[in-house]
Amino acid sequence: MADEVVLLDFRPSPFGMRVRIALAEKGIKYEYREEDLKNKSPLLLQMNPVHKKIPVLIHEGKPICESLIAVQYIDEVWNDTNPLLPSDPYQRAQARFWADYVDKKIYDNFSKISASKGEEKEAAKKELIQVLKLLEEELGDKSYFGGHNFGFVDIPVVSYYPWFKALETFDSLNVGECSKFTAWAKRCLQKESVAKSIPDQRVINELFVELRKNSSTE
Amino acid sequence: MATNQEEVQLLGVVGSPFVCRVQIALKLKGVEYKFLEENLANKSDLLLKYNPVHKKVPVFVHNEKPIAESLVIVEYIDQTWNNNPILPSDPYQRALARFWSKFIDDKVVGAASKSVFTVDEKEREKNVQETLEGLQFLENEIKEKKFFGGEEIGLADIAGSFVAFWIPIVQEIAGLQLFTSEKFPNLYKWSQEFINHPVVKEVLPPREPLFTFFKARYETLTASK
Repeated sequence: MADEVVLLDFRPSPFGMRVRIALAEKGIKYEYREEDLKNKSPLLLQMNPVHKKIPVLIHEGKPICESLIAVQYIDEVWNDTNPLLPSDPYQRAQARFWADYVDKKIYDNFSKISASKGEEKEAAKKELIQVLKLLEEELGDKSYFGGHNFGFVDIPVVSYYPWFKALETFDSLNVGECSKFTAWAKRCLQKESVAKSIPDQRVINELFVELRKNSSTE
Repeated sequence: MATNQEEVQLLGVVGSPFVCRVQIALKLKGVEYKFLEENLANKSDLLLKYNPVHKKVPVFVHNEKPIAESLVIVEYIDQTWNNNPILPSDPYQRALARFWSKFIDDKVVGAASKSVFTVDEKEREKNVQETLEGLQFLENEIKEKKFFGGEEIGLADIAGSFVAFWIPIVQEIAGLQLFTSEKFPNLYKWSQEFINHPVVKEVLPPREPLFTFFKARYETLTASK
């Protein structure tokens, strides 16, 4: 079975992490291939000609691109264990809504924070904290966004966690203000699927500094 | 299974491509619903209650439970009413349908709108290029197929209603040649099949008022230069 599933990825990527977590949740054996993003492999370009990005999940030779689409695919094919999405259509819709919200609001604010200075930067930081506060409200008293079970909304949020830590370190983003979020993140990090999918924080910090340097010299 | 019209509501505006997606899905399934027209300049308490996060339309309400985001709504409708399936049953085909729907939303809708409704020349040109690139990918994908969904319309076709109906309107207003039969023959053929599909035809808003509305918006924008 192992050669049937291949993941084209880049360890520090929060998008790749989502797919790694999903594969681990289902106990799927796969071949992991690290891409050099400055020198993309012919396979990556062949499998994702539209976006030329990772992650790309390849199952039985067929590519699935876009991380949340790959996660849903994994959930639908390996449907005998650890469901990532709820079975109730309304709950599924809510999960999709929040995953879409996370996709829209977190990455854009990360970019805004990186690209701006002074007042603009502070405003973007504030907005990001508001996003976390809204997510905390949605989490409520639940252990996970999925309720008792870790699932479709937890995955993309926890995949951004190392980048939140980097913003905390380098941009003084006050993540600590969001204690419920921090507690939830700790809970997720104790899960084996998350712990083995998360990149090393030092690598993220180094990459963060490099990316910041490159964007400021432009 | 909702048979009572009171149980299904759609908050929206006539002329929104996103609201239209939901209406196509509901029509395909033969679901009766109450359309609650919003005034976006003066949003109702109901809208703000049902979509506090984005405060936008469409919002779909089923048995008093609200759902927002057009493609999330369409998938919900597909799962709740099983006739005339919108998504295929095969997981790989589903992934492809979702991929192309997302592509349309991320790469074509925004860029096409900004190709028209942007004052800055450089910004506009950048978006024109992006739109053309996006349409080319869709052209390559549709090939000889009748619809993105195959013989019948599917999720990507529904997402693509913006391309088939709205882009031709706004490009005419701005005098742009973005989506033409010369540049994108296969996609153009698809768009004609789509807007003439018996269900879609009944749901699409009337062209003239929409044209007038966008023209007014365009003229206000360009007059402010």
